[in-house]
Amino acid sequence: MADKPRIKLPKEAKKGEIIQIKTLVSHLMESGQRKDAQGKPIPRKIVNKFACEFNGKPVFSCALEPAISANPYIQFDARIDEEGTFKFAWTDDDGSVVAAEEKIALKG
Amino acid sequence: MGAINRRQAFLLGGGFVALTVMPMAANAEPSNDAAELIKKFTDGKEAAKGKITLDLPEIAENGNTVPLALTVESPMTSDNYVKEVLFVADGNPNAGVATLMFTPMSGKAEASIRIRLAQTQNVIAIAKMSDGSLFTERKTVKVTIGGCGG
Repeated sequence: MADKPRIKLPKEAKKGEIIQIKTLVSHLMESGQRKDAQGKPIPRKIVNKFACEFNGKPVFSCALEPAISANPYIQFDARIDEEGTFKFAWTDDDGSVVAAEEKIALKG
Repeated sequence: MGAINRRQAFLLGGGFVALTVMPMAANAEPSNDAAELIKKFTDGKEAAKGKITLDLPEIAENGNTVPLALTVESPMTSDNYVKEVLFVADGNPNAGVATLMFTPMSGKAEASIRIRLAQTQNVIAIAKMSDGSLFTERKTVKVTIGGCGG
């Protein structure tokens, strides 16, 4: 997971507005079902967890299984009551975590 | 005349079998650990039908990336919201697909992901509400393999 995750959300929102957040992280999501040229199974290596929090409070998270496509795309919503910072984290099977942050301001 | 009748009867019979076998296959007991995962999630309780809308293609040409969109009817307030949604695929080597966890801050119980389907099968969603009630929905996806038609 060398690439920077791609995150799409508006820069500002009205108080109480529900915004849509789109995220995508580059990852092979090796399912553990495939075999290499020698017929040996390729070990599973996936992103097993994704979490999003806003100003330290959980918004949305998910546990992912090998049935998730490569380069996992996750789209969800969030209600904005105050300005602040979204934190995103993807956890790999090997324990490494890719983190990202996005700020959002209140309109008007 | 008799021969034609037999042939017609055979064709009719064949058609009848094809029509009846498919829905039966779709409702058959899952072959992998789907039932077990569902039982674990629901704690053995029965989930009612409704509240969930699953947006999945009827026919997926590429089983490697099948778009899946979920909407659950809920006001998403602090005392009435969707807590968790479990997805299982009953024809994959492992039934587990994902578990989505919502909070009142999600605003809407809506999400989209992309999933892998090994073959034609059912995708089952079960939503657990904040009051403990359970709702379920399932959809059959035909998966085309090698472009020869499902």
